[in-house]
Amino acid sequence: MKHDLAALLAGLLFGFGLAYSGMTDTHKVLGFLDIFGDWDYDLAFVMGGALLVSLFSFRLMKNRQLSLLDCPLNMPTNKQIDSKLIAGSCLFGLGWGLFGYCPGPALTSLIYLEPETLVFVFSMVLGISLHRFMHSGYFQTK
Amino acid sequence: METMFENSSIQALTGGLIIGVAASLLIMLSGRIAGISGILKGAIFSKGDRLWRGLFLIGLLAGGFICHWVTGKPVPELAIDNPLLAVLAGLIVGYGVSLGSGCTSGHGVCGIARLSPRSIVATLCFMGTGILTVTLTSLLNGGL
Repeated sequence: MKHDLAALLAGLLFGFGLAYSGMTDTHKVLGFLDIFGDWDYDLAFVMGGALLVSLFSFRLMKNRQLSLLDCPLNMPTNKQIDSKLIAGSCLFGLGWGLFGYCPGPALTSLIYLEPETLVFVFSMVLGISLHRFMHSGYFQTK
Repeated sequence: METMFENSSIQALTGGLIIGVAASLLIMLSGRIAGISGILKGAIFSKGDRLWRGLFLIGLLAGGFICHWVTGKPVPELAIDNPLLAVLAGLIVGYGVSLGSGCTSGHGVCGIARLSPRSIVATLCFMGTGILTVTLTSLLNGGL
């Protein structure tokens, strides 16, 4: 129960931070990615600021088995740098640069009630589902 | 109403610090990685453990709402007004983050904080193709 409320609190802060930092503003995001054009460097401070805190906390948790609320620590175990990681991340960057939304800011931006944001999020969920079904063999013929 | 902002770089840094605190709370208290694409995927498809993911996602929207409400920061307008591009970009982002097991939050914030080589490679890839896409787009539109 407590750890579910912690997730709610973390979500609230995360959403607040995304909106306040400018990450939900696609003008800012596309300006940030436009390093060879009229570069808007502001959003570099978002990842910088986040890492300043998270580097410290992840280091604190590194050798622990349980969280402070005694939940198991779900650290990723996959260490493989493979073609799936690279192709997937490259594709993600392409979509990010086309519209200006990565998943978090796209979800938070739903509160702006723009129809196109809803269309983006719906398509994003469709894209995730498409990969999941292909991966699970749903579309594969035997 | 007069708003009280500092300049946009300070806002970016402040917002970033808050995101860092959010990711820290989730790992330190719940033992979970704040990777939004993974949380979304899990909320839709996983059999159990949906409650915390759902609550996180509700918070993600409510937190943005509270931000604009409390600070008076103006609501941003979309840079691109093209529904077809919204569909295409959304599909590519969704497929990509699922195939690459993460996005800006999971790889960029949490993965780099863990000093995971996998996440560092992923971040370089999506930053690289993001920059490439915007550069090519502005070239096509006669910019630069």
